[in-house]
Amino acid sequence: MFKKILSVVLCVSLILSVTLLVGCGDSGSADVYFLNFKPESANVYIELAETYQKETGVKVKVVTAAANTYEQTLKSEIAKSSAPTIFQVNGPIGYQSWKDYCLNIENSDFAKLLSDDALAIRDANGKGIYAVPYVVEGYGIIYNDAIMRKYFSLSQRAVDIDNADQINNFATLKAVVEDMTAHKDELNIDGVFASTSLLSGEDWRWQTHLLNVPLYYELRDSEDYSDPTIAGLNAKEVAFRYSENYKNIFDLYINNSITEKGLLGSKSTSDSMAEFALSRVAMVQNGNWAWSQIKDVKGNTVAENDIKFLPIYIGVDGEEEQGLCIGTENYFAINKNVSEEQQQKSLDFLYWLFTSDTGKDYVTNKLGFVTPFTSFTQAELPNDPLAREVVRYMNDRSKETVPWIFTSFPSDVFKTEVGGVLLEYAQGNKVYQDVENTVKSKWKSERK
Amino acid sequence: MKKGAKRWAIVFLLPTVIAFCIAFLIPFIMGLYLSFCEFRTVGDAQFVGLQNYIRAFSQDSDFINALVFTIKYAITAVISINVIAFFLALMLTRRIRGTNLFRTIFFMPNLIGGIVLGYIWQLIINGVLYNYGYSITSSATFGYWGLVILSSWQMIGYMMIIYIAGIQNISSSVLEAARVDGASSLRTLISITIPSVMPSITICLFLSITNSFKLFDQNLALTAGAPSKQTQMLALDIYNTFYGRIGYEGVGQAKAVVFFVMVAGIALLQLYFTRSKEVEH
Repeated sequence: MFKKILSVVLCVSLILSVTLLVGCGDSGSADVYFLNFKPESANVYIELAETYQKETGVKVKVVTAAANTYEQTLKSEIAKSSAPTIFQVNGPIGYQSWKDYCLNIENSDFAKLLSDDALAIRDANGKGIYAVPYVVEGYGIIYNDAIMRKYFSLSQRAVDIDNADQINNFATLKAVVEDMTAHKDELNIDGVFASTSLLSGEDWRWQTHLLNVPLYYELRDSEDYSDPTIAGLNAKEVAFRYSENYKNIFDLYINNSITEKGLLGSKSTSDSMAEFALSRVAMVQNGNWAWSQIKDVKGNTVAENDIKFLPIYIGVDGEEEQGLCIGTENYFAINKNVSEEQQQKSLDFLYWLFTSDTGKDYVTNKLGFVTPFTSFTQAELPNDPLAREVVRYMNDRSKETVPWIFTSFPSDVFKTEVGGVLLEYAQGNKVYQDVENTVKSKWKSERK
Repeated sequence: MKKGAKRWAIVFLLPTVIAFCIAFLIPFIMGLYLSFCEFRTVGDAQFVGLQNYIRAFSQDSDFINALVFTIKYAITAVISINVIAFFLALMLTRRIRGTNLFRTIFFMPNLIGGIVLGYIWQLIINGVLYNYGYSITSSATFGYWGLVILSSWQMIGYMMIIYIAGIQNISSSVLEAARVDGASSLRTLISITIPSVMPSITICLFLSITNSFKLFDQNLALTAGAPSKQTQMLALDIYNTFYGRIGYEGVGQAKAVVFFVMVAGIALLQLYFTRSKEVEH
């Protein structure tokens, strides 16, 4: 009897395991597989895919990589038989690592939407179009104008300007910030700047975005190349000529921060955005994508109209004309190794997204993208305060935009190493000279 | 009947064998092969010979640094886990009140995942260090002791259970004979208890040594290697090499193979030495 039961149990488990193995296989493949980079927009894309399927019958599969894991996810997904058809590269360096997978889309309708061909990524000989930027973003110092107005209404202050708009160089910024720190009780803030987040993986605002500014000024003066990004891509070494300026602005951040220097290693970007949203600080360096982070903080006390941008001044001659850092590191590429039909369907999807009324509505209002495409008119721009500021700076002819030359930084390791040494400098375990040396030596060793 | 069952055995074994091949054997062989290749995704690999192994050691000192840190950590952690677990086991086999409750409580941390534990301990340790103006990333020493405390807290309960099983197996007649002969409790511990639980010591040492070398999620969650990779252990270094650096996938794979050989070697050596000390009842 027992043996009979045993054999029945074994048979059942055998059948189950076989069906399970089969079940692991294909679960209905989609025509378009989009591997999304932006976790904050994950749900919007899923909704978008459903809408698209309803309109055209083409099934779009959306998978979102968790924050900071896009390269890992892409690496494992693209090796599968049902690989992503649309994926993202983060600029010329990212293209270098994925070039064997990028299709030349020069003749597609989608690529022709670009308002400026120069934005696209071409191969080493400057031929073809392999990746197309789809969003333009800007960053600078975000400030809360309510607190600034309060400061400028103080009777005793160290500067003779009377609103934040008039801050147009590093010296003024430093004077204002230091005076605000002295008056922080009257201003009812805990510090001028939000935490300089140096937690590992959260230090990109400093080792990438902030470092962009001094290196831009250096590469701009390159004798061989007129485009600073291309100069950066070709630079075997950097002199880090504006190292002192980098130190000055970084010191300003950490000396007037809400958080003690020794504790910065435990702070994340969302910590700093929350500090800003709760009006505990007046300023924070970040980009227009941070709007959702400010908006979604519970108990948010910053008024939408009070959120403004200030360029990152570092004390370079002529910086009064400097604007925000505007650029992109989000490029769409089409997988070369999927079927031609899938490639075409993917391109059609992207074209639909950026030209149809439904698609454009999603892009402007739900994704909040400022796009570099001709299909968008001035009226079709996102309506959040930071995006509006970016557009304002972009259209201001008197301001000179700082491009995102960090897309030419030699590797992620370069950035991580700089982040690590910044943390140790902030904590006092290392001196600034070590930061400078790391930037120079790692640029050289990572660029091969 | 017997013959029939034997013939069927293969069929019934098949699912397990297939699963074993898919989940273990094939990836293992593939990994071994990939360590000799230059590749971006596992699908398209190009054979490059020993180059990856050379780069793993010559490129930078990360791997060696991680190795040194891991060994330092493993020594402290293995000692603290086993000594404390053994004494807890001794105490909890004395028939004191609430023994079962204590055993459960000590075992519980083991049921929490490493990532969660890492973040919890990061909060606790930072909470303490904040008072002095430090955080866990201020110095590698904090990270080091943080890891030791965290893994001790997690592993002690598990090892304790194994030691308890060993101690309960010691025949009471031997202990009684010792008492009649007038052996002190220290003498009993050294001459009877420890030799008798040698099998438990073997397994506990094996588990704690291999776990200490393979430690990953706790390391990632507690410090993620900060400051400047000084608290980065081997597994995390391999992960970062493989995923964090384009063009270094093969190097990461080579490091992983070196890592495997090392851990297997150390574990086998340890098994050989402690096995030889085991006594037969």
